[in-house]
Amino acid sequence: MTCFIQPHHEDITQDMWQKIDAVIKDNKDISGAIITALRQCQDIVNYLPCELIDYIADGMNLPRSEVFGVASFYSLFSLKPKGRHTIKVCTGTACYVKGIREVINRIEGEFKLKEGGTTDDRRFSLEGVRCLGACGLAPVMVVGEDTHGDIAAENVIQSLEDYK
Amino acid sequence: MSKLTLGDLDLIREQTKDIIADPDVIRLMICGGTGCHATGSIKVKQTLFEEIEKRGLSDKVKIVETGCNGFCALGPLLVVQPEGIFYVKLKSEDIPELIEEQIINNTPVKRLLFKDPATKKRVAKQDDISFFANQMPRALRNKGLIDPEKIDDYIARDGYVGIVKVLKEMKPVDIIEQMTASCLRGRGGAGFPTGMKWDFARKSEGNTKYVLCNADEGDPGAFMDRSILEADPHCVLEGMTIAAKAINAEKGYIYCRTEYQLAIKRLKIAIEQAKEYGLLGKNILNTGFDFDVEIYQGAGAFVCGEETALMRSIEGKRGMPRPRPPFPAHKGLWEKPSILNNVETFSNVPQIMINVGNWYASVGTETSKGTKVFALSGDVNNIGLVEVPMGTTLRSLVFDIGGGISNKRKFKAVQLGGPSGGCVPEHLLDTPVGYEEIAKIGAIMGSGGAIVMNDKTCMVDMARFFMDFIQDESCGKCTPCREGTLRMLQILEKICDGKGEPKDIKNLEELSHVIHQSALCGLGQTAANPVLSALKYFRDEFDAHINEKICPAKRCVSMLKFEVDPDLCKKCGLCFKSCPADAITWKKKEVAVIDKDKCVKCMSCFDKCKFDSIF
Repeated sequence: MTCFIQPHHEDITQDMWQKIDAVIKDNKDISGAIITALRQCQDIVNYLPCELIDYIADGMNLPRSEVFGVASFYSLFSLKPKGRHTIKVCTGTACYVKGIREVINRIEGEFKLKEGGTTDDRRFSLEGVRCLGACGLAPVMVVGEDTHGDIAAENVIQSLEDYK
Repeated sequence: MSKLTLGDLDLIREQTKDIIADPDVIRLMICGGTGCHATGSIKVKQTLFEEIEKRGLSDKVKIVETGCNGFCALGPLLVVQPEGIFYVKLKSEDIPELIEEQIINNTPVKRLLFKDPATKKRVAKQDDISFFANQMPRALRNKGLIDPEKIDDYIARDGYVGIVKVLKEMKPVDIIEQMTASCLRGRGGAGFPTGMKWDFARKSEGNTKYVLCNADEGDPGAFMDRSILEADPHCVLEGMTIAAKAINAEKGYIYCRTEYQLAIKRLKIAIEQAKEYGLLGKNILNTGFDFDVEIYQGAGAFVCGEETALMRSIEGKRGMPRPRPPFPAHKGLWEKPSILNNVETFSNVPQIMINVGNWYASVGTETSKGTKVFALSGDVNNIGLVEVPMGTTLRSLVFDIGGGISNKRKFKAVQLGGPSGGCVPEHLLDTPVGYEEIAKIGAIMGSGGAIVMNDKTCMVDMARFFMDFIQDESCGKCTPCREGTLRMLQILEKICDGKGEPKDIKNLEELSHVIHQSALCGLGQTAANPVLSALKYFRDEFDAHINEKICPAKRCVSMLKFEVDPDLCKKCGLCFKSCPADAITWKKKEVAVIDKDKCVKCMSCFDKCKFDSIF
């Protein structure tokens, strides 16, 4: 097996590289496993820097261009660093009808960030996601693992205070 | 556990049925769907355990965490069986009282029961609530009744009877005959006859074939597939196994949205258990038939709901559709014959095998048979999942089951079919649900999202919303969809921004026509539907935006003045309390005033004002 040199990257620790190598090893012989491999590596590093995408491509024996194509196609993958907490605001129809736009405006105004962006202190990333399938709780946002239902512009900032 | 024989399966069924039917045991069915988890059902369940333990009731009371009950807006939900007493919005603090009154004194706790929005009366039993009473559960027959993480519970509810019958008595042609007789059509939206699809794949030559389950539920406002997977994962596995037998496939994939982590977890458990029992894997029930299922997590691309795009995605490529023919039944995943059905379609299959096809087709309209699950949401009182026979009118769906419009507002439209569908106005509410019937009025059945909108919804803004969605999700492969939807979006944004011109309407119509004619896949071909239906039924709102620069529903921010009408203002101060920017001044018995320099145009005051006095 060819040994690939791990490029230096400030956001990837030695421990992370080991886990990444394990992911590549587990997936390299399964056809179609590149999306799974990218997802697992993103879970480790929290985003996919270009150097990492190239490294995964080489490890999986796939063209770098193809892997970059996949990583940039799917909305799950982020090529930019994310904040400590990701706020996923549901932009599905039910949430839209119930006023998620106003909630987003409020978050954007308060933390000076735009949908798809991250605050300068890397505290929050704000992502609009298409329907979380929890329309009964609309409007909905998910912060990390926590689902917050029935949120409104006037109380959303309060709900976010606990996430430091 | 060693692998089961047919006799073992019957034994498990009888034993589990006895346990469930034990008259001396009270079963507390706590909902463990995504919705109820989010509102705190895990904590409630924990408190229930502790309270039951503390009072030494563990032998008499059993706690079962079920999948999604369907009545999601009122979670956490608890149903006390066998009586069927239905509790809503429970908190941990309520549990001691609930145990004391309901379990020990056998009197329901009135304040925790469901309150009918129309009559304002508390209703004790689940079956007496109009939301449940008017339904016909088939695909959802096990929701709230079984523990989705226990295969024995599923077996006790006639689970895996269908596959036994198929493996023992039926040839592939027999399966297809029953599927054809059932007239089941694809529940993902397009409505292609399932029996016919399977027959094409059965006749396709090749030793390797695939059964694929589409659980990439992408339509905003649809959550039935999530609910089925969370509440009854085994019925989907059984349905897929029956399909595999029909087309002679050995391998299946469930392509599931990565957002649905609870569904994925329960599916994994279900697959594991089915394999342990020998109901999945090699030599199923010692009949020599092999079938294995793998879960594939999507990575967030709406277009992957399209069958050819979904297959490309499983192959590890960008999820882009390709022209058909060749159809997947001949060349699908890895160029092998494949069938793709969605979760709801598969979940109907075991019952069709048990009760035969004619039973399934016994309800419905002329061309649409059986039942359909709708996800009712938006500005309606009873929000949740409902399963009704085809032919039920939309009015019954919104007003009988849905309990009418919330917050005393007026009905404006119900949006069906997600971004490929359309809005149905009041005067067409007596349309029965069915593929052709809904298509005739400019919407589509789609996967079953039904979002109710009240008179505060701007239809131009909704058209813009859907076009924004489509434009964002367009994969970019074909020009009409990639460029055409962008132009349409720009026009709609311009209209919402108060800069619309009369020629815009004609341009929208022309672009719609071209995209419909020339886009590569269903996503593009139907992309203009929401705009066309809005133009058809709510033309006056477009005209008001363009000619008078007014948004009648007061949603389009750039056309609003953020002033208070003193004649309409009831001086209640709700706007003052809701303003996050301290831009409103108000004193008791005085009309509120908005300071435009401080106002951040967040719309909080518009939402709070009950008298529509801000404009």
